[in-house]
Amino acid sequence: MSRIALTAGFVPLTDAAPLIIAAEMGFVEAEGLALTLRSSPTWSRLRDDLAFGLVDAAHLLSPMPVAMTLGLGGVEMAIDAVQVMSVCGEIIGVSRAIAARMRDQGHDFAMHDARAAGAALLAATGGRLRIGVPFPFAMHTELLFYWIESIAGARPQGLDIHTVPPPRMAEALAGGEIDAFSVGEPWGSIAVELGAGELLLTGSAIWSQAPEKVLALRHDRVEANPEVTARLMRAVWKAGIWLADPGNLLAAAELLAAPHFVGVRADILERSLSGRFVITSEGETRLARQFLEFGGLAPFPWRSQGEWIAARLALRHGLDPAQSRGVGRAVFRPDLYRRFLGPAGARMPGASAKVEGALEEALEIQTPGGTASLPRNRFFDGGIFDPDLG
Amino acid sequence: MSSRPLSIVLCEKDAARATMIRDSLLETGKHDIIVIDTDAGIAQRIAELNPDLVLIDVESPTRDVLEELTLASGPLDRPVAIFVDRSDSGLTQAAVEAGVSAYIVDGLRPDRLRPVMDAAIARFNVFRRMREELAATKAALEERKIIDRAKGLLMRAKGISEDEAYALLRRTAMDQKRKIADIAQALVLASEMLR
Repeated sequence: MSRIALTAGFVPLTDAAPLIIAAEMGFVEAEGLALTLRSSPTWSRLRDDLAFGLVDAAHLLSPMPVAMTLGLGGVEMAIDAVQVMSVCGEIIGVSRAIAARMRDQGHDFAMHDARAAGAALLAATGGRLRIGVPFPFAMHTELLFYWIESIAGARPQGLDIHTVPPPRMAEALAGGEIDAFSVGEPWGSIAVELGAGELLLTGSAIWSQAPEKVLALRHDRVEANPEVTARLMRAVWKAGIWLADPGNLLAAAELLAAPHFVGVRADILERSLSGRFVITSEGETRLARQFLEFGGLAPFPWRSQGEWIAARLALRHGLDPAQSRGVGRAVFRPDLYRRFLGPAGARMPGASAKVEGALEEALEIQTPGGTASLPRNRFFDGGIFDPDLG
Repeated sequence: MSSRPLSIVLCEKDAARATMIRDSLLETGKHDIIVIDTDAGIAQRIAELNPDLVLIDVESPTRDVLEELTLASGPLDRPVAIFVDRSDSGLTQAAVEAGVSAYIVDGLRPDRLRPVMDAAIARFNVFRRMREELAATKAALEERKIIDRAKGLLMRAKGISEDEAYALLRRTAMDQKRKIADIAQALVLASEMLR
């Protein structure tokens, strides 16, 4: 029987791993798919390719499908987040000059304390802070606003968060165009390697369960081809399980390092896969908690995740909050996850939305298929997002 | 009909390419074309220039920066720039496939846009074909190098002629239902490991 041809796009980052591993380790083949992977230099390119049918599926920043469905940005189109590809994985770094000032003022660069890091950063810059992010619709952007507004009490006058292409981030930092950045790996580690900056904090220290990348398809294609969607979802889900096995870490780093995938040295990719970071060019290291997750319940697309994203986007772009939240809920598709991955053996939580930020420590839950673990889910400031509250 | 020239910003680092695109666009009318050839501060410069149309290669990493132009930042701003005209998805599709992105200020009339976009698409299609041909030539050259090395290995190891070595590679490729270059690659890799 001939296999079904499918094209998927990705941006060369560590967290494109589930898609790349699904293709390289034979998970897509086992589902009867012939998957062609297509690397994209930018998020807007990948979005256009998805919207205009040049790719069938894409590795997207989790806020992108919500923004596209809401009509924010260049292309308006109904897009589904059928599965979360990775949880967390954002890394925040500062220029060497600001790092030096923060050290002089006594900051310890412990990587896990978002409140201390944020207060030290605001003190060192006097609130005049220009931060580079990869895209306007990115978890990086949302977490930065959440973090700084929470610490400062309001948005500081001098705060400027704008897009800088990750390949330019180190240059922009060294040239004084920006004071800090939040990016996906390997770009944070590359800024350290190039001697342009130091790593300050992980995104997981701000929100320990932020959905970072999603597997996205056009809504009309999902509805028209449920069987193909199901096969791709199973393959990517199996790749996530493979990636979550620590025994596969070195192999994953080697596969991702290939020039047509991420194209960065394997030892640099290992840092983000293991959470063990080199934070200064002098070689200081830190171990980050919950840095980047692929396995367990990480792929489950909670409606409350889509709703949190939509609530934040609505707030910043002046959209109707209630209507936007409804859209965010609908873009994330736990219904498909239950329908297609349940029979394949994935653990299913008892609900499709949760109170985000309400879990101080990981919690074992009983599911029809056996026990599963709900990971620690905390905003650094103790904030809680309850989908049942307006 | 208004004959005000269109103001067009072209984001292109390669001076030769920029000139070619500019010439193509000027054939469609007396437009005011400004080329930006740096990445730093690009969004701010475009906002200051306030053009009718921004053209950029889709391969350019700077494209994501321009995405911010699609978000209105204040009530007094000019209408938001959008990615190609929503009313003409055929034109948008052609642009995406050719590899050119256009950010257009809302309200620009389609009849004024069409000839400019057609010219840009035609020019970018030429660039895309050149890029593909270059990549194919490079790949072919790499394959030939590998096949030459594999032939050399076989000639030394088995004491056969160049023609015989090539015939052996071809026969093996046919038996294995693989490309000759793949067989040659495997042989070169194996010989390096056994060295």
